[in-house]
Order: sequence, then structure tokens, then C-alpha cells
Amino acid sequence: MELDTEEEMKRIKIKDHNELFQEQEYLEQFEKKKEFENPWPAEKVREVAEWTKTEEYQEKNFARKNITVKACQPLGAIFCASGFEGTMPFVQGAQGCVAYFRSHLNRHFKEPMAAISTSMTEDAAVFGGLNNMLEGLRNSYALYNPKMIAVCTTCMAEVIGDDLNAYIRQAKDKEIIPRDLPVPFAHTPSFVGSHITGYDNMMKGILTTITEGKKGEPNGKINIIPGFDTYTGNYREVKRLLGIMGVDFTLLSDASDVFDSPNTGEYKMYPGGTPLEEAADSVNATATIALQKYSTVKTMKYIEKEWGQEALVLPPMGVKNTDSFFDEVSRVTGKPVPQEIEDERGRAVDAMIDSHPYVHGKRFALAGDPDILLGLISFILEMGGIPAHIVCTNGDKRFAAAANALLSESPFGQEATVYTGKDLWHLRSLMFTDPVDILIGNSYAKLLWRDTGTPLVRIGFPIFDRHHLHRYPVIGYQGVLNMVNWIVNTVLDEMDRKTMDTTSFDVIR
Amino acid sequence: MMRQIAVYGKGGIGKSTTSQNVVACLSEAGYKCMIVGCDPKADATRLILHKKAQVTVMDLARERGSVEDLEIEEVLLTGYRGIRCAESGGPEPGVGCAGRGVITAINFLEENGAYEADTDFVFYDVLGDVVCGGFAMPIREGKAKEIYIVTSGEMMAMYAANNISRGILKYAQSGGVRLGGLICNSRKTDKEYELIAELAKRLNTHMIHFIPRDNEVQRAELRRKTVVEYSPEHPQADEYRTLAKKIAENKNFVIPTPMSMDELEDLLMDFGILEAEPED
Repeated sequence: MELDTEEEMKRIKIKDHNELFQEQEYLEQFEKKKEFENPWPAEKVREVAEWTKTEEYQEKNFARKNITVKACQPLGAIFCASGFEGTMPFVQGAQGCVAYFRSHLNRHFKEPMAAISTSMTEDAAVFGGLNNMLEGLRNSYALYNPKMIAVCTTCMAEVIGDDLNAYIRQAKDKEIIPRDLPVPFAHTPSFVGSHITGYDNMMKGILTTITEGKKGEPNGKINIIPGFDTYTGNYREVKRLLGIMGVDFTLLSDASDVFDSPNTGEYKMYPGGTPLEEAADSVNATATIALQKYSTVKTMKYIEKEWGQEALVLPPMGVKNTDSFFDEVSRVTGKPVPQEIEDERGRAVDAMIDSHPYVHGKRFALAGDPDILLGLISFILEMGGIPAHIVCTNGDKRFAAAANALLSESPFGQEATVYTGKDLWHLRSLMFTDPVDILIGNSYAKLLWRDTGTPLVRIGFPIFDRHHLHRYPVIGYQGVLNMVNWIVNTVLDEMDRKTMDTTSFDVIR
Repeated sequence: MMRQIAVYGKGGIGKSTTSQNVVACLSEAGYKCMIVGCDPKADATRLILHKKAQVTVMDLARERGSVEDLEIEEVLLTGYRGIRCAESGGPEPGVGCAGRGVITAINFLEENGAYEADTDFVFYDVLGDVVCGGFAMPIREGKAKEIYIVTSGEMMAMYAANNISRGILKYAQSGGVRLGGLICNSRKTDKEYELIAELAKRLNTHMIHFIPRDNEVQRAELRRKTVVEYSPEHPQADEYRTLAKKIAENKNFVIPTPMSMDELEDLLMDFGILEAEPED
């Protein structure tokens, strides 16, 4: 089509692929292509698709040892590093990895983020990555003016055994970067653990480096470590709540402004983050509270042993967990829980009671990271929901034991099976052979929604296909409200959809 | 104060035999010791455990599919006089990455508390040479700070010792690792004592001990024992006791000064081992 005038160009409607590929021209094209694709007949495809829903297939599926893709350590390490003031995450390894980490975070938060790759190539694989590290440090310091450079690794650097500690020391000895520039590091082989392991390693690395020689007078504060938490709303919520209580605290890795920065029309490479001075002083706090367990294991062990602080793990997800959080914060700081927070609790409980007829007795399938799953299980049991299938790809034996202990405490927890090291394709089988009412998971769980027709509530990471969910907390009593809201309204949407053509299509629910 | 020691040397020179005999003597003297074998062959602990080969970290990881599914008790065994033993293990020859196996195994041991605070000596028995980053794992920051090289008067063993010194030099410049000395495991070659003493001097270190050749070592090995355990009264046991004492009391830690190939060959010629090539 020739466009002659500007006027005509303005009138042209750009069609997106949803529309475009359904046009006759494209449908015919797809049909013709089949001649070259030589596909199985549609009937056979349907037959096999049906077979994948059977017990027989489930058995084969569960005999499968290899799991589908999970996120890897450097992703968590980079995320952790981003939450510190003026900090440039720096990855010793090949380029593609860093592109993936950045795009993964971009797609979830819809925000830009900076990270450096040392772009190792074949020669580095043979001779070691020292030169890449030296050049990378020189360039990133000169170009991006960071206050801290936090180094982690990809598989490549790990397999060849690059010694980060020695390399960084050399960079300083050779005066490539200033001696007083903090350059913490963490070895984060992608083939070990998952993103939560990487977060832990990097947090430990940063705290070790930045608090060195800072042990002094107690500062009377408490430290809060959120863990691999991708809800910017959670960070803001914990700050708000401790603010109301009048608690003096340091949030260690504050990703809220980094991944949710105001749009002023001006790009800032380092928006927000935990001030480095405060982070350095964290060694002098009264206690450290982690809001996740499995992404802070080594860090908390380190803090307890090396800093001699009380190290508490108190994930405030669900009513009971949030209660324990406030009880402990109150005990540690000596500050009472104010009426304002008591009222919030009351409103959350009221909301749960309002909605509970629609959630009570509903069966759930849950998939996600260990900490978010434990929070969800606890909350669902409080609502009288019945967790049935719990899939934690990156969970270990300890997680399974903790989840089972939690489930065994409630009459609603008796039907559940906890699967670690299994993936969404395993869950797909389970959802066909033993269907549930509601599925909770990340954006990839959408494929199970499509295949099984089970309504999906999106809680977890990554969430690529819905906007803004990360701005709403899932922790504290506000988090309870949000979870009640998402779950009950998903149930009601589904109910409307199913009763559309019946006498039960009610205006009041 | 825990001392971590890495033992390097040419393949077949007797690293494992020497380390195990030394560790046995240190234990006899009351020290609490541990051996970490860093060689896919996994033969660094048999004399202590009296076993053909102990189950290795990587064996079990291969079986279970992941190193995270291992428990420390499964791979950290206790042998003669309470000496604790672990073997990294690794892939079959010619496949995979043995160096990564060492890194994985040592990380596993560290993370699972194998290095108890009351341990006096940890010995890393490392495959031949510092061939890649993985085999340098034991001498990375925070691990072994002392290295001993086992050598003999044979030319290739000396080449290897010089080569290993180069590897150490790299790590010594950037970190705290130091060469503690050469251990001459005698092969009864000509002027062996003088030659290794001189080699040590050129490498800026000392020959910490000269272990004479004695078949008692082989007799003990056949019974999967160290000499100290098999025949504690034998003079060879005393040789190992002396070496153990020297290591325990050693204060001579240096950054090595490796030689060029020409210098090394000149040294051999000076001692009449190599004939000078006739001028044409």
C-alpha cells in the first residue's frame, strides 16, 4: 500500500497481532504452511493432549528428573545489590546472562535497571577472567561513578574458578579503583540453588564488606532484611508500619525506590536504596529481623555468629505471622504496638470474615518460592481454605519439613502434598487428576489456567502479564487485605462467569 | 588457631602417602587433624580410613543429582586417631570438569561446618599441579596459607616443583598464601639431597625434610596403613615424625622465586645430571 500524504499516514490503523493474525489472509497462509511443516493430524494432537491429562501420563511425568527452567543465583544477587545506595551490580561472566537478569526484572517491575557484565569470551575462559574484571571495574567506576560495586558471577567464571577476592584486591593494588571503594563480592554459580541463594550470598557479601571495622557503640536500631522480595509495596509497608510504631530501623537492601521510582522525566541511575553509612552501622544494631527465611539463611547465620546480634526470622504474611512480627518487634524494641496497627488488624480480620464463605473449603494449588509459599499456606489455612498441591521448584528438604509442620497444625491442612524440586508441568498433571478451585502462582501459571480452566490469582515472581501488582503489599495486615481482595474476587469472577446463563447470576455476592 | 596446608607435587611423587603419614604423626602428637583429598582419583585417605577408597562428595552428588541433598556425615569420615577425612572426588578421566568438583566439594564442606573450630591442621592433598582455577581452590583467600611441594631428585619432579611455584607466585602476590618448603621424597637419584637443597634455595625456600626411601612405606601401604600405625618403632616412622614436627614448628614462609627453564636446566647440569650438549 502506497501512502501518499501525511493525512493518509495518520489514518492508517496499526493492528496488533491479536487482530492481524486472525485475518483471512493470514489464516490462509498458516493453512498453506502446513504443507511444509508436515504436522501430526489435528485429531492425533488432540488425542495426545487428552492423554496428558491422565493418571498414566502423570506417572510418567513424575518419573521425570529434570525440571524446567528456574531462575538462577546472579538474578537474586543483582536484585539484592540494587537495593543499596549508589550501588552498581557487576557480573563477572558472559554477556547474555546479564541481559536476561535485567530483562527479567524490567518485565516484572516495568522499570529500567543498571547492571554491568564483564563480557567474558573464549580467551577469558582459557586464561581466566582477571583482565575482564580489571577492565570492567575501571570502566564502570569511570563511567557510572558508583559508591559501591557489588560483584557476582555467572556459571562461566565459576566453572573456571575465578577468584573474585584476589581479583578485586589486585584491582585495588594496581589503583584501578580507589582502595576505599567498597567492592563486596559473592560467588553465585547459576547451577547451584536459585535466585534466593544468590540473594543470600550477595547480602552476606555486602554486609561483610561494608561493616568491616565498624563495630562500635550499639546504635539502638534494628535491622530489617526483606529477602528476595519483589513487592515494592512490601518495602513501603514495612517502613510505614515501623514508622507508626516509632521504631528506629535500617532496611537492608531497600529496593522500593529502585524498582518503583517517580517519573520526573529525568533518568537516575541510582534512585534510592539503603544509605551505605546506615548499612555500615547495621553491625551495631540491637537485632536483625529477616522477613524471609530461605533467602537469608547464610546471612542470618553470619549476623548471629559474627555480629553477636539476636537474629530473628519473622515473615509477616497472614494474620498469625503478622501478629508474631509485631509481638517480637515490640519485645526487641520495647515499643508497644499502637492502636492504629491494632485497628488495621481488626479491619483485616473483618474483611476475612466478610469473604470467608466464598473461600472456606475451597481447594488450592500453590506454586512459588519457599517463603511466599509458607506465607500463603498460613494465610489460606486462616481463611479455611484447603491447600491441596504445593509445588516449590527451588525448595529443599528443610522447606518441605517446615511446610508439612505448618499444614499438620490445621484441620484444613490435611489434604495437602508438598512437592519440592517439581515444576509447573508436574502441577499441570496434578490439576487434571485431582482438580482444585483456585491456583496461585506467577505469570507462568497462566498456562495452567488456560489448560485446566482453574482461575488464577497472581502472587509471586515474576509477574509479567499484569501491571502494578507489585505495588500492593502482601505483608502486614494490609497484605492480608490485598490477598483477601484478590482471592475472593477471583472466586466471584469465576462464579459470575459460570452462572452467566443461569438463575443464580446474582448482583449480590 | 587452625592451620590449613596444601600439598602439591608431580603426579605419583607420593603426596598422598606423605600427607597421610605426616597427619598420622601430628595426630599422634595430639593435634586434631583433617584431610581433604582434592583429586578425582580419591586416594588421599585410604591409609587413614583403611579402606580402598572412601565415598566422595562428587560420587554422592552424582548419585543424588545434587550436592544439596548430601549430609556432611556421609562424606566426612573418621579414621585413625580421630583424623577426619573427606574426598572431593570428581568425574571420570576425560569428561566434565574436575576443577569445579574441587570447588563444589570444598564449598560443601565449609557450608556444612566440616571445619570445626578446634581443628589444628587441615591438609589439602591436591592433584599434581595447579592446572586450573579449580585446583587453586585450596589456596584461595581464607583457606590454606601454607603450601608444601613434594618432589624428588628426578628431573620431571623438579620441573613440576618449579612450575607449581609459578602458580603459587600468582596467588602469593594477590593473597596471603606462602610456600612453606620442599619435601624431598627420595628416589635415590644422584646427589639428590644437595640438588633439592639447592633447588629449594633457588626457589627462595628450604628443604624442610629429606625422606629416605624405605620399603617399609610400601609394606604399610599394602595393608592400607601409615607407617606410624603399621610399625611405629620403625626408623621410617621417625622420619615422618620429624617431618611432622618440622611442619608444626615451621616459621619459614616465603613467596617463591620460580626459575626459567634455562636456569633449571643449568642447575641440573651444574650437578652433573644433564650432560652439556657438545658444541658442533
